[in-house]
Amino acid sequence: MLNHIFSSGYSGLRGWLLQRATALIMALYSLLLLSLVLMHPPVNAETWQALFAPLWMRLATMLFLFSLYLHAWLGVRDILKDYVQAPKIRAALQATVLLALIAYSLWTVNILWGISS
Amino acid sequence: MKFSIYRYNPETDDKPHMQDVELELKAGDVMLLDALLRLKEQDDTLTLRKSCREGVCGSDAMNINGKNGLACVTKLSSLAEPIVLRPLPGLPVIRDLVVDMTQFFEHYNSIKPYLVNNDPVPETERLQSPEDRAKLDGLYECILCGACTTACPSFWWNPDKFVGPAGLLQAYRFLSDSRDQATEERLENLEDPYRLYRCHNIMNCVDVCPKGLNPSLAIANIKDMKIKGVKKPNFIEIKVAGS
Repeated sequence: MLNHIFSSGYSGLRGWLLQRATALIMALYSLLLLSLVLMHPPVNAETWQALFAPLWMRLATMLFLFSLYLHAWLGVRDILKDYVQAPKIRAALQATVLLALIAYSLWTVNILWGISS
Repeated sequence: MKFSIYRYNPETDDKPHMQDVELELKAGDVMLLDALLRLKEQDDTLTLRKSCREGVCGSDAMNINGKNGLACVTKLSSLAEPIVLRPLPGLPVIRDLVVDMTQFFEHYNSIKPYLVNNDPVPETERLQSPEDRAKLDGLYECILCGACTTACPSFWWNPDKFVGPAGLLQAYRFLSDSRDQATEERLENLEDPYRLYRCHNIMNCVDVCPKGLNPSLAIANIKDMKIKGVKKPNFIEIKVAGS
C-alpha cells in the first residue's frame, strides 16, 4: 500500500481519492473536537488531559493527525512535481518532507500514548 | 490607437522585444484582427496566423492585454490602450505572434480524438438518440485554438506530460459519445499522475475559452467516471458471417 502511494508509478486516481478521503476525515474530526470543546470547555491542563484520555479519542486524534500528514504529503508532492523540475533536487526535497512527516507520526504516537489516563 | 506588440525574429534578433506602434483606425475596423491586418500593411514583417476571421478556425489565438483570446472576435472597443499583444504563453515562439503548436496537437492526438467502434459499419450512419446527441453539447464546439491550454499553469509546469484542458475536453467529448466503445481504454489512458490529475481546478481555461466552453467541468466529469467506473451500455458484438 505505502509502496504504491509513495512510488513514482502510483495511480493518479488513488492519490486524488486519498487526498479527498483524508480531507473528509480531518473535517469530521474537527467538528467532533469543536463540539466536545464547546460542550465541556476545558479550563486547565487536567481537563485538557481528560479530554484526550479515552482510548477512542486518542485513536480518533491519531487518525486525524495521520490523515493530516498523508494529506500534506500528497499536496507537497504535487507542488514539488509542478515547481521543482530538477530530479535530484526534487527527490531531496521530497525525502526531507517525507522524513519530517514520519518523524511527526512517531512524535504523535509518543504524545498521545504519553498522556496519563 | 496605441499598440505594444511582441516581436521576435529568430533569424535576426537575439531576444524578443516589445514594439510600440500607433495606428489610425478606419471605418470598418471593429475587431482586433482588423487592426492587426492594418498594422501588417504598415509593416509586413509583422507575423501572425489568421484564417476564417470569424472565430471558427482558431488560428489567431494570442495573449491580448494579458488574457488569451481570438483576435478576430475581440472588439477593439473592449480593450484598454496600449493594447499589449503577445504570443500564447507556454509554447515555443516561431516568430512574433506565431507559436509552435506541436506539443498541443500531440496531446490532442494522444486522447484518440475519433470514434472507436468495432461494430460493422452500417449502411447509412450510426444513429444517436436526441438525448445522447445532447450530451455532446458544450464539448464538440471546441476549435482547438489553444487559448485554454496555454493559459493553464499546470500545462506551463508540465507541458510534456499534462494533456491540458483542450485535450481533456476532447477526451470527455469521446467518453460521453454513445457511439464510442473505448470508454475503458480512454479512462485507462488518463490514469497516470500527470495526464489528467495535474489539473488543480485553477479554471483559467474556463475564463479564457473564446467559445464559452467549460473544460474544468469536463475534467471533473472524467474524474467522476474514473471513480464510478461509469460504463456505457454494453454493445453486442455482431460478427459478420465468414469474418
